[in-house]
Amino acid sequence: MLQGQESSRGSQVISGSAPSDNVRADTSAQETKYSTAALLTVPAAAAVALGIHLFVAKNEPPNESRTYTIVLGSFFAGAIVAAVMQRWWPALQTRMRRFRPLFTVGVLLLCVWEVITSGFRMLPLPYFPSPAGVVQSMINDRGLLFDSTWHSLVLLLSGYLLGVVAGLVTGVCIGWSGPARYWGMPLLKVVGPIPATAWIPLAMVISPSALISAAGLIALAVWFPVTMLTASGISNTRASYLDVARTLGANARYLVFRIAIPAALPSIFVGLFMGLGASFLTLVVAESVGVKSGLGWYVSWAQGWAEYGKVYAALVIMAVFFSTIMTLLFKLRDRVLVWQKGMIRW
Amino acid sequence: MVASSLQLRDVGQSFPAPDQPLTRRPVLETISISLEAGELVSLVGPSGCGKSTLLRLIAGLDFPDSGELLVDEEPISGPSAERGLVFQDPNLFPWLTVRRNIEAGLAARGVLQQKRSEVKEFMRLVGLEAFADAYPHHLSGGMAQRVALARALINHPKVLLLDEPLGALDAFTRMRMQDEVLRLWQNRRTTMLLVTHDIDEAIYMSDRIIILTQRPGTIEQIIPIALDRPRDRSSSDFLSLRSEILELLHFAGNRTSEVTA
Repeated sequence: MLQGQESSRGSQVISGSAPSDNVRADTSAQETKYSTAALLTVPAAAAVALGIHLFVAKNEPPNESRTYTIVLGSFFAGAIVAAVMQRWWPALQTRMRRFRPLFTVGVLLLCVWEVITSGFRMLPLPYFPSPAGVVQSMINDRGLLFDSTWHSLVLLLSGYLLGVVAGLVTGVCIGWSGPARYWGMPLLKVVGPIPATAWIPLAMVISPSALISAAGLIALAVWFPVTMLTASGISNTRASYLDVARTLGANARYLVFRIAIPAALPSIFVGLFMGLGASFLTLVVAESVGVKSGLGWYVSWAQGWAEYGKVYAALVIMAVFFSTIMTLLFKLRDRVLVWQKGMIRW
Repeated sequence: MVASSLQLRDVGQSFPAPDQPLTRRPVLETISISLEAGELVSLVGPSGCGKSTLLRLIAGLDFPDSGELLVDEEPISGPSAERGLVFQDPNLFPWLTVRRNIEAGLAARGVLQQKRSEVKEFMRLVGLEAFADAYPHHLSGGMAQRVALARALINHPKVLLLDEPLGALDAFTRMRMQDEVLRLWQNRRTTMLLVTHDIDEAIYMSDRIIILTQRPGTIEQIIPIALDRPRDRSSSDFLSLRSEILELLHFAGNRTSEVTA
C-alpha cells in the first residue's frame, strides 16, 4: 500500500522534467485507484473481525457475544461512513490517510486475540478473557470504573502539580545560587534516587490520611527529576546571554526570570516528562497498597475476586487516561517552546 | 549629553593559565587610552592579544587586576545600560521574537511601558519591521546582527562597545553594515570602541586606530585617520595608510613598543 503511494510520487518526480497533461492525468488516475483500494482496508479489517467473532461466538456467553457484536458492528459502520465522508471532508481525509494502517492492524490484532482465547481456548481462564469479555466487564462496571478514574485524576493532578511547583522552586535555587547548590545538591543526589514508593512505610506512619500521603509520595516522585533538570538547565544558561542582559541594565530578578528560566525551559520540560512517568507509577502503587479508591485500587480489588475481565478493562482505561495526559503535556510543550520549531527535531 | 569620554590608566589583566591553575598569565599590560566623547576608535591586533578582554573590562563585566577605568571621570563599578556591548555572535535571545529582543533593553531596565513607542523607531532604523514577529533562528547573520545593534542602541548608551560585530558576515553584507554602523554613529554621536581584525574596516570607520601587540597586549601605536568621510576605499590616501598599517603589523614583533597617546 505504502509502496503504491511511493511509486505514484516517483512517477510524478520523473515526469516533472517534461510535464504534459497526459502524464498528469495518468498520475491522478493512479492516485484515485490507490485511494479506493486503500479506503476499504479499515472496513475490510472490521468485516473480517466481525466474521471471525460471529464464527467463534458459540464459545462465548451470549450477552458478551451480543455486546461485542454491537461494538464491532458499530466500528464497521463507522469505518464505512468515514470512508464515504472523507471525499467531502479534507481534514478527515488526511487523518485517515495517516491512521489507516494503524487502525487496520489494531483491528486485526483484536481478531487474533479473540481467536486464541474464545476460538481455540489456547490460554487458561479466568486469567485471559476474550476481548468480548473485557468489553462486557467495562460496560457492566462502568459506574465504578468512572468513579475510580475520577479519583485517580484528582490524586494524580494534586500530587503532580505540588511536585512540579516544589521542583521548579528548588531547581531554580540550586541552579542559580552557589550556597543553595552547595547544600542542596548533596541532599538531592542522596535522597533523590530513592524510589518514592520506598517511602510508603514512613508515609503511612506520619501522614493523617492515605490520600494525603499518596499525594505527597507522587509529589516526591515528581520533585526529583523536575529539580534535577531545572537546576541543570539554569546552571547551563549560556554565559553570553547573561552578559548581554547585564549590559542592557538587567537586575538579578530579570536575569533569573527572563533569561535563565526561558533558556532552561527545554531542559525543564524533559524533567516534567520524566516526572509525569514517575507520577503514574507512584499513583498506581500507592492506590494498590493504601488508598481505597482509584484505578490502581480497582485493579487489585478485581484481581482479588479473580475477575480478570475487569482487570484488563481497568488497564485499557489507564492506557487511554495516561496517554491523554501525556499528549496534553506534549501540546503544552509545543506551545511554550514554539521558538525551537525549526531548530531541533520535534 | 549623548556621549561619554573614556579613560583607561595603566590597565592590566591576567588569567589563570589553563594547564597550571596556580600561575596567572598576563593578558593586558599598562594599557592607557583616552577616548573623547563621540569618538570612534578601532582596536586592531593579533588574535589573543586581549582586545575582547579589554572590552569586557570597559563594559564592567570583569574587573582589572591593576589600573583604573573611568567613564566621564567616574570609575566603572559594574555593567550599566550606558555602556552597550555587541559581540561577534549576535547572542539574540532565541525564545523572543525580533520585536521582543529589541524591547529587552527597555524591559531589563523596567521602562518598557513608558518607552514602547521607541521600539518601532529602532526596528525601522535597522530595517527589520517586516521581521518583527520572526524568531532569531529564521534570520540571516546580517539581520541578526542588526537586531543585536538595535537591542544595544535602544538604551541610548553613551558608549557603544563593538567586539568584531561584523566578523562573521560575508564581504558584501559586511561593507553595507559598516555604512549602517557609521550612519548610526553619525546620527547619535555615541562614543564607539570597535574591535576588529579587518584593517580596511578600521581605516574606513575610525577616527583613530589603536594597534595592540602580541599577548600580553600593550599599545603598539595609535594612528589617527584624518581622511574625510565618506571615505573612498580605493583612494590613494586610503591605500597608503593601509600598507603603512600592514607593514606595522607585519613587523610588530620586532619593534619596541612606542606609545603615542
